[in-house]
Parts: sequence; structure tokens; C-alpha cells
Amino acid sequence: MIKLQNITKVYPMGKRELEVLKGISLNIEKGELVAIMGPSGSGKTTLLNLIGCLDKPTSGSYYLDDREVSRLKSGELAKIRGQKIGFIFQTFNLLSRLTALANVELGMTYAGGVDRKRAMEALARVGLSERVKHRPIELSGGEQQRVAIARALVKNPSLFLADEPTGQLDSHSGEEIISILTSLNAEQGITVLMVTHDANIASHCQRIIQLKDGEIVW
Amino acid sequence: MKKWSNFLSTVWLGISTHKLRSFLTMLGIVIGVAAVIILMAIGRGATAEILSNIESMGSDLITIRPGAFTFGGIRGGASETLTIEDAEAIAEQVPYISAVAPSYSSNLQLVVGGENTNASVTGTTPEYMVVNNLEIASGTFLTEYDYQRGAKVTVLGSNIKETLFGNTDPIGQQMRMGGNIVRVVGVLESKEVMMGGPDDAIFIPLTAMQQMVAQTRTAQGERVVSSISLTVSDEAQADYVVEEITTLLRTRHRLGALDDDDFNIMSMQEIAKTISEATGTMTLLLGAIAAISLLVGGIGVMNIMLVSVLERTREIGIRKALGAREHDIWIQFLVEAAFLTLVGGIIGVIIGWLVAYFVSSLGLMTTVVTADIVILAVVVSVSIGLFFGFYPAWNASRMNPIEALRSE
Repeated sequence: MIKLQNITKVYPMGKRELEVLKGISLNIEKGELVAIMGPSGSGKTTLLNLIGCLDKPTSGSYYLDDREVSRLKSGELAKIRGQKIGFIFQTFNLLSRLTALANVELGMTYAGGVDRKRAMEALARVGLSERVKHRPIELSGGEQQRVAIARALVKNPSLFLADEPTGQLDSHSGEEIISILTSLNAEQGITVLMVTHDANIASHCQRIIQLKDGEIVW
Repeated sequence: MKKWSNFLSTVWLGISTHKLRSFLTMLGIVIGVAAVIILMAIGRGATAEILSNIESMGSDLITIRPGAFTFGGIRGGASETLTIEDAEAIAEQVPYISAVAPSYSSNLQLVVGGENTNASVTGTTPEYMVVNNLEIASGTFLTEYDYQRGAKVTVLGSNIKETLFGNTDPIGQQMRMGGNIVRVVGVLESKEVMMGGPDDAIFIPLTAMQQMVAQTRTAQGERVVSSISLTVSDEAQADYVVEEITTLLRTRHRLGALDDDDFNIMSMQEIAKTISEATGTMTLLLGAIAAISLLVGGIGVMNIMLVSVLERTREIGIRKALGAREHDIWIQFLVEAAFLTLVGGIIGVIIGWLVAYFVSSLGLMTTVVTADIVILAVVVSVSIGLFFGFYPAWNASRMNPIEALRSE
């Protein structure tokens, strides 16, 4: 499903250049549950952003579902994000002014149109049927992250990208989130890529990729 | 349909989140549009009032006065060139004329009971009433019979009647006029136009005037008049009639090709055109001044939209991560700006309209609000939103999603 070939990413830092990714090659099959680990600054998030079509690599090629996407225009990339990719962020990134339901519906706005019934189903899937009218501020961290998962889930993506999904949660809520993600992976065959620091959480994954200084070490 | 309601709810979200800010942004447009509407309404109202005054005097009216030119209201040249014979020639030889009324004015001493005043008296023919669109309030106007035999009768303007007779009925009463006794036969309906109109006039038959004052004659022995007024039967032919009269009078007055006219022809149409051009310019000027405040309002919209885009960087990042294209973000902010100014424009129209209505109904000024101005104001306010929202919306659409998501 995902095929990276010799991907590099270089950021200009004033006069010097910062090479964040130094030739990453990677294959991820459909339905895999993968953890990306590594110390701060190793390029985990940059890699995830590239895979999520939020950014383009400096060189190398990236095939998503057998389509070369690394040279696409921003409008095309946005379309791919809207149709195939569900993001889950460490800081949830919900719109604070919207209810849980409206936040989930926002996930469909740019992916074919809002369908309230499906939004309710997605919220039910993450166990929040009772809290659809609550705003993020009225929800616990774990609940907010579940709303974010519902928002990603509602457009039936084939790929989930989670950047430290449990980073701001207590261990109990973290376990809940991981169990939702693993069951989505097991039951619906959604490919899940997760950046994490937590070895305990990574242990739930079938495969662990270790990054260090922009290279895969293990 | 669903897509639209969705889209509008997105826009509404942006606006409703900062109600006070949105309101203040709108206020600039509201004030600008209201100012445009009010000032244009006043300008249009003034034009309409002046034109209706002219209309009441008869838009088919043409007046000929002696004298070559007018400069700053002062008439120059010889002043005794028009004659009764000129008037008769015009009536006979120029086509498209329905009535001609020569008149001769002179200051005479008036005595009614104890009242003793000096006033301008106009000697004229019965046609004068038709030509000048006058109406009789009581009694009759000068008749053909009065004219033929030079009857010592008079018709009074409404103001003069008030001055001389107060509230008593003057019909049939006698008054002294320059040594003669005249009998009042009629009182005119008030016209309520400018000073010096028929409300302040006193009319007697031109034939009676010739007996009362020694009337001047020209070198050819023709009887001098102070003006000739006439009406055209077809308003579309007014310009042609003016031309014909000019040719006729130049021939009759034996003017050479290089001589200036020794008379002056004014058609009401001409006057109305001049006045409406002048007031139209004034109206545009007023509108332009008001439009400046609209421009300032537009700059306010841009300012607020720039702040709003900056503040919602994270939201833009989230939307982009969820699949929003640059185009989607651009349209969202553009429509938000246009919506603000559209609502501001509509509120401005309503306020402007109400103010114009109250100014009118309180009798302060005549105001006219026309559909074209309302439509223009709304279209302009939406355009302002689109114009001044363009750059902020473009800024928003160009944000890098990763950096936007990282912002706090």
C-alpha cells in the first residue's frame, strides 16, 4: 500500500540546510499496524507528514496504492487526504466551537459531503453516542481523542496516521485509544501507522520501525 | 442543496464566533451605505422638488423677454424691443403653438380701504391663464370680453389678496389702481412656488393697462410689452419652435447677420434640463463623499479579515488535513467577508431608508429613495467584501498545513 523509495527531506535553516530524512525506503502492506519509534528529532513526524500527503519529499518517490504521489500538486494531495487518510494528532485538533457531532461532520465536509447518520455511527463506534452534543471543552482528553478518531473514521479511510495519539493522555485513556485503533485495524482492515514514544503502546503493533537521525535503524 | 447549507454553516461559524467583532466590521459598511442612501435620497429629492415646481408652471412654457443677454441675473441690452405685434406675428406664423400671451408690467399705486401700497401690475390677455397653468380659486380670470373693451377689472394672486383684503371675500369689491377704480373679479389658486411667482401677481387686461399708463412705442410705432409667454402644442417640437421664433423676431426686428439677438427665449424644458443637470451633479458629489466612508469601511473589513485569518491558522490547518483544497479555504474566507458586507449593506439600506423617510415625513426635506440606488448600494457593499476579502482569503489558502497545525 505504501512504498517509499529513498525519500529525503531537507529543510532550509537560514544559510545551512537541515537534512531531516536521509534516504528512507519502506514498504507497508495493506492492513498492517505499524509503530514508528525513535528519539526526538529523528524525523518521525516529518515521515508521517510525508506519508500523509501534508508535505512533499525533497527527493525520492512515494507510491500510495501504486500511484506516485510525491510530485502531485497541492490540490491533488488535498484530495488524497480527504479520501484516503485519517489523521489523529497528539493535541486532538478539534474545533473548540463545534460539538462532537459537528467536529465529526467536519471530517466529511471535504470528502464527499456531510451525512449525519454516518457521523452518529462513527461516534457510536468509539463509544460516544451519549456525548454528541458536547463541546471539546466538556469532554475528557480520552473522549476528545475518540471524537478525533470518529472524525477520521467517518470518511472510511484506508490509512490512519496517528502522531503520538496517547501523548497527552493518562495510561488508562491511552490504553482505550490504542484498543480502538487496534480493533479498527483488525475488524475493518484499516492500515494504521502510529508515531509513539511509549514502548508499551508500540508492543501492541505487529511491526516497529525505529528511526534515528533520519534513517531507519531497525 | 445539502452542500450549500453545509458551506453556509461553515461561514456562519466564522462570523458567529466573534459576534462583537463581526458587528463592528459590519458597522463600517452599515454607516457607509446608510450615508450613501441618505445623501442620494436628499439629492434626488431636491431635484424632484425643483422639477415638480417647474412642472406646475407648465413644462411646455416658453418665455420671451427683451434684452440681449443675461449675465449673473442682470439683463443687458435694450429693454424695449418686444411688441404686441411680435406676439401676434408669432401666433400667426409659428407652428406648434397653442396659445400666446403678451404682457406688460408696471408699478402702480394700490389703495384698498386704509391700505396703500405700491405693486407691480401685469396687463395681459385671457390666454395668460392657460399659458402659465394658473387656476382660479374664486371668481373668474380675465375674459375675452374684458380684454376687448378694456374693462377695469383685476385678478389677484393669493398672497396679494391676503395682503390687501385679509380674510374677507374680495370678489366684486373695488380698489384704486393708479388713479383708476378697478373691480376684483377673481382670485388665483396658490401655486406655492418660488418668490415672484403668480401668488404675488396682480392681473388686469392689457387693453386696460394701455389706458392707465402711457405705453411706450417703438420707432415703428409698435406697442412695447415686457414679455411674451406661450405654450407649445407638442413638447417634442419645443426646440424647433424656439428656432422659428428666433428667426421670425430677428426678421421683424431687422437684425443683421452679425447682430446679437435683442431678445431672450427661455423654454421651461431648457431650464428643467439645466437644473436637473446641476442637481444631478450635486447628488453625485454627495454620493461620492458618502462613498469615502464606504471605502473606509471596506478597509476595516480587510483589517479584521487579516486578523481573523491569523487567529484561525490552526483551524485552517485542521481543514487542510481533512482534505480542504486551497480553493475551499479561499472561498470560505471570501464568502465570509462578502456575507459580512452584504448584511452590513442591507442593514445600511434599511437605516438609510428609514432616516430618509423620517426626514421627509417631518417635512425637513423632500427625499426620494429609488430602487437603482438601493440595488447599487447592495451590489457595491458585496463587491467591497469580495475586493477587500480577496487578499486575506488568499493568505489563508496559501498557508502550509503543517505549520498551520503546529501554531498555537
